[in-house]
Amino acid sequence: MQEVMKKRAIELLSDGTVAKVIGWMPGEFSYDMTPAVFTTAEEIESNFVYNDFCGANVSKYVMREQKKASDAKILVFLKPCDTYSFNQLTAEHKIVRENVYVIGVGCDGMADVEKIKAAGIEGITGIESDGDKFIVKTVYGDETIARADALAERCAACKSKKLTVYDEIIGEDGEVVENSGRFDLVAKLEAMSADERFEFWRNELSRCIRCNACRNVCPACTCEQCVFDNPKSGIDQKAAADSFEENMFHIIRAFHVAGRCTDCGECSRVCPQHIPLHLLNRKFIKDINELYGDYQAGDDTESKHPLTSFTYDDAEPSVIHERGNE
Amino acid sequence: MQVNEQFTPTIVAFCCNWCSYAGADLSGTNRLQYPANVKIIRVPCSCRVNPMFILRAFQRGADGVIICGCHPGDCHYTTGNYYARRRTTLLFSMLDYLGIERNRTRVEWVSAAEGAKFAATMNDFVAQITELGPNRRLEDLRCRK
Amino acid sequence: MQRIGVFVCHCGTNIAGTVDVKAVAEALGREPSVVTSVDYQYMCSESGQNLIKDAIRDYKLTGVVVCSCSPRMHENTFRKAAAAAGLNPYMVEIANIREQCSWIHKDVAEATEKAIILGRAAIAKVQLNAPLVAGESPVIKRALVIGGGIAGIQTALDIADAGFEVDIVEKQPTIGGKMTQLDKTFPTLDCAACILTPKMVECAQNELINIYSYSEVDAVSGFVGNFSVKIRKKARYVDETKCTGCGLCTEKCPQKKVPNEFNLGMDNRRAVYIPFAQAVPKVATIDADYCTMLKTGKCGVCSKVCTAGAINYKQTDEIVERQYGAIVVATGFNPIKVDKYDEYAYGQSKDVITSLEFERLTNAAGPTSGKLLRPSDGKHPHKIVFIQCVGSRCTPEKGKSYCSKICCMYTAKHAMLTREKYPDTEVYVFYIDVRTPGKNFDEFYRRATEEYGVHYIKGMVGKVSPKADGTLEVQASDLIMNEQLRIDADLVVLAAAIEPDKSARPLATMLTASMDTNDFFTEAHPKLRPVESPTAGIFLSGACQGPKDIPETVSQAGAAAAKVIGLLAKNKLTCNPCVAHSDELLCNGCSQCANVCPYGAITYIEKEFVMPDRSKKIRRVASVNPAVCQGCGACTVTCPSGAMDLHGFSNRQIMAEVDAICK
Repeated sequence: MQEVMKKRAIELLSDGTVAKVIGWMPGEFSYDMTPAVFTTAEEIESNFVYNDFCGANVSKYVMREQKKASDAKILVFLKPCDTYSFNQLTAEHKIVRENVYVIGVGCDGMADVEKIKAAGIEGITGIESDGDKFIVKTVYGDETIARADALAERCAACKSKKLTVYDEIIGEDGEVVENSGRFDLVAKLEAMSADERFEFWRNELSRCIRCNACRNVCPACTCEQCVFDNPKSGIDQKAAADSFEENMFHIIRAFHVAGRCTDCGECSRVCPQHIPLHLLNRKFIKDINELYGDYQAGDDTESKHPLTSFTYDDAEPSVIHERGNE
Repeated sequence: MQVNEQFTPTIVAFCCNWCSYAGADLSGTNRLQYPANVKIIRVPCSCRVNPMFILRAFQRGADGVIICGCHPGDCHYTTGNYYARRRTTLLFSMLDYLGIERNRTRVEWVSAAEGAKFAATMNDFVAQITELGPNRRLEDLRCRK
Repeated sequence: MQRIGVFVCHCGTNIAGTVDVKAVAEALGREPSVVTSVDYQYMCSESGQNLIKDAIRDYKLTGVVVCSCSPRMHENTFRKAAAAAGLNPYMVEIANIREQCSWIHKDVAEATEKAIILGRAAIAKVQLNAPLVAGESPVIKRALVIGGGIAGIQTALDIADAGFEVDIVEKQPTIGGKMTQLDKTFPTLDCAACILTPKMVECAQNELINIYSYSEVDAVSGFVGNFSVKIRKKARYVDETKCTGCGLCTEKCPQKKVPNEFNLGMDNRRAVYIPFAQAVPKVATIDADYCTMLKTGKCGVCSKVCTAGAINYKQTDEIVERQYGAIVVATGFNPIKVDKYDEYAYGQSKDVITSLEFERLTNAAGPTSGKLLRPSDGKHPHKIVFIQCVGSRCTPEKGKSYCSKICCMYTAKHAMLTREKYPDTEVYVFYIDVRTPGKNFDEFYRRATEEYGVHYIKGMVGKVSPKADGTLEVQASDLIMNEQLRIDADLVVLAAAIEPDKSARPLATMLTASMDTNDFFTEAHPKLRPVESPTAGIFLSGACQGPKDIPETVSQAGAAAAKVIGLLAKNKLTCNPCVAHSDELLCNGCSQCANVCPYGAITYIEKEFVMPDRSKKIRRVASVNPAVCQGCGACTVTCPSGAMDLHGFSNRQIMAEVDAICK
C-alpha cells in the first residue's frame, strides 16, 4: 500500500497536478509517525511512510498549508475517519476543497504502540498487518501480536470505515459500522453515581498539565485565537490554577466542538497524561444522538450541526434533572 | 450532604429582557415575595447566556444558576430560546456527567404575564439549592467567602 | 478610568420604605470609580433628572448608575437626560431596586444589602460600557410586492395611494390570482370578477404601480430600507409594449390542444393565449412548451396575423435589477393535489372534481358557460356529494395538520347556489365540523341548511366507487344517526386542503424570512406583529402566512401596506445600537453564527490583513449589518472564539455583573 501511495504521489507531483503532498513520515522514533508535508519526489522516496502506526489525522494540516498559500494545489491522503474531519473543515470554510486532491486510503484500524510496548515488545522499528495479527519489526527480529491486543482503543470502537470524500481511492472503501460500541464507556460512567463520576473525573482531569496538545491537534479547534489564550476574553488562563480551572477548560473545550466533533479521537491519542478526553466529546455526541436524532459531524459539508439548529419539540433541559441516578 | 441551617445560597438568575425579566418585574408589582439571595442579570434573550457565564457564576461563589426565557414559540427573536434549550440541555448533561449536582442548574420558561410563576419558581429553586448545600464541586477555592 | 455617578431613588416610600437608601448611596459611593453617590426622592421627576444632568457637568461623569425602578420603566428617561447633558445615552445603567428588591422583600437589612449588590453589579457593568451611536440608513421609497393576487393587488393599491411607487411581480401572464377563477364570493354572493377586475384595472392605470407580469424574483440582497432585487422577466415572445390585446393571434393559432390552466384543464386553449378576457396586462403570451414555431421553426401564423408586429420569437428572459425599501410577500396558496386519495377516486372518474373545478363549472366564463354539467357526459347532475376536509386536519402522513379555513364556507356557497339554480338537485355535504366564525358566516351556513334544504351529514366518506352505470357510489358514515350510508351520486366535489405556493420556500431563503413546517411564512409576533416577517423590511400579505378568506386577506393586505407606508415615510432608519459585532482579527469565518441568525444579518467578506511580518493575507470574516441585526445574541454564544460580541451586553459586561453578584 505504501509503495502504491508513494508512486501515485510522485506522479501527481511531477505532472503538476499538485504542488504539495500531505502524508506521514517517521518522527523521533520509527513507530512515531507524524504528519508531514512533501514538495519533492526525493523527499517522498526517502521519507514517506504509511503503515499501521499512521494514526495521526492529517486533515487539519491541509488547513494549515492552505493558510500559507490558499491556491497551491495539495494532495492529501485521508483515512476514513480523517475524511469526516476534512468534510467538517470544508463545511466551515477552513479548507478550499477545489484546491485539494484527496486520495482516500482504506483503513482497517491502527495499532497503538503503547499496547505493543505493554506486551513486552521492545526496540520497535516497524509494523505490518497480517490478517488478525500485527507483525512488529524490532531490532531483535520480528514479533507477532494479536490484532485485537494491539489495536488502538478508538479503532476497536471504529464508527466508520467509509471514505466520505475522495478523488480516488487506494485500498478498499468500507462501510459505516453499526453498533460500534463506542458509547459503552460513556454509558458505564452514566450508570455510576454522581459521587463516583465526580471522583472519576477529578482523578482524570487533575492530571491535566495544560500542555494544550488536545486542543492543538483537534481538527475542530480552528479559532484564530483560543478564548483561553486571549486576555480580552476574561477567561484566559495559561495553566489551571485549581480544580475549577481544570474543569472549566475541559468543559468549554468539549462544548466548543460539540456538534462539530467527528469523534476522531486525536485528543486522547496525543494526551501525554492519558486522560480519556474523547469520553467528554462522546458524551455530547451520545446526548445529541439520543435527544435530537443521530448526527455524524463531517458526514457531508452542507448540514447545520445540532447546536445551530433545533426543532420545535426538542427535549426540555429538565430531562437532565429527571434522570434516574443521582 | 449535611444541611447547614445557617446556609443562605447565592443564586444567579439570567432573565431574558422580553419575557422573564418582565415576569420578574410583575412579581414585584404584585408584591410576591421570594428570597433576597436571588439576583437577576438582564440579558436580551436566553440565547445570550454563554456556558462561560454559568461556569463563571459557580466559580465566583454562586450555589445555583437559573436561566429564564420566553416560552418556546414566544421568543421575541423567534428562535433564540430554541437554541438556548439545546445548549443548556447539553451543558447541564455534561455537568451532571462530571458528577456536579444536576439540581444546581435549571431552565424555566416564564412569560411576562407569569409574575406568580416567577416568584414560585424562585422560592422553589432557593429551597432546592438550600437543601443541596454550598457549591463545592465547581467552586474556585480562591473565591470562597 | 471611568468617573461614575450613582443616583439612588426613594420612589417616595416605594423603595425607601424597605431599602435604606442613604446606606445604599453611601456604600456605593465607596466603590471604585464612583465620584458621586446621592439619593433623591423621585429620580424620574424633572428635578431628579436635573440632578443627573448637573452631576454629569460638575463631576465630568463618564458613566451613570441609577438605582430605581425597572429599566423597562425609565431606562429611556435617564438615557435622554444623560444625552441632554452631553453624555452618551448608552453610558447609563439601571439597578432595579424596586420591582426586584424593595417590592418583594420585607426585611430592611436584607433588602438594603441586596440593593447594594445590585448597585455594584450595575457599576461593574457600566465600567465596561462604551459609548454607542445609533447608526442610520437611508430608505429607498419604493416597495416590491411579490404576487399579484387579491392580496398583492390590495397592498399595492394602498401603498400607491399613499404616494409611493410599487412594483408587482407576478409569475403568471396576468395579475388577479386565484380570485379570478372564482364565481361568487361568500357570504354576500357577489361575483368575484365584478369586484376584482376593477382593482386589476386600477393597478394597471395607477402611475405609481408597475406590473412585472410573467416574471419571477431571481435574487434578493440588501436589508430593510435598501433591498436590491433581480427580477426575471420570462420570455413571452410577445412585445408587451406593442401588443394591443386584440386576440387575433389566439384565434388563428393552429395549436388548439393546450390544456387551459385557467379552467384547470377542463378545456383547451391555443399555444398563444390571453388567460382570460379581463387579463391585466391584456397581452398575449406564447407557451413555449406547445408553440410549433418555437419547437420546430415551422409555423409563424401568429406573427403573420399580428398587425402590431408584436410577436418576437427571438425574445429571451430579461433580468431587471431594482432597488426597494420594503418587500411584501403575497405568494398565496394552491389547492393540494388530491390524486393520492385513492378512496375518493379522483383521477379514476371525471365526475370526481375539486371545489375549484366546481367554481369553473358554475362560472359563466368557464368551460360550460356556467351550466352545471357533469364533466364525463355533459349531463345535468341530480345528486351531488360534497366532501369536506380532504387533506385538511389530517395526520402528517395523510395531508395537512391544519384547518384550511375557507372550505366550510365555499362549500355552503356551492351547495346553496346549486339548490337555487337547480332545485331538482339533491345536495349532500359530509363534514367533520362546520366552522363559520366570520361576520354573517353562520347565518349564511344556516340558510344553506334551513332555507335551501342542503343535507349536512356529520361523518366522513370512506369510499367513492365509480359504477358501471356512470354514477358514483359514496359509502359514508353518519356519526349522529350512527348508521352507514350509501348514496349514488352523479358528481362528487372534494374540498381540497390549501397549501402555500411552491415558490414560497425558495423565496423565503432569498429573503432570509422564516417559515413554519408547513411552508407558511411566520410572522414577527403571532399576536402583536401579524403582518411583519421577523426579518426587518419584509411584510406578509394574504394566504402565504396562513389560510385566509378574501375579507381577511384584504384586511391583512391593507395592514401590510400600512406598515410599508410607515417605513417608506421615513427618510432614514435609526438602528438599535445594541447589536452584534465581529472582531475581524478573531473571526475565523466558520459560518456558525450566520447559521443561527434569524435575521440574515451576518454576511462574510474576504478581508485583507497585514500580518506581523508585514505580509498580506486574505481571510474570510463575518460582518454584521447593524441595520438588520436585532441584538438577540444567538451568534455570540455560537462563536467559540468570542469574536462575535454584543454591544450593551458584552461577554465582559455580563461576567462583570456575575462577579459583582457572587462576590
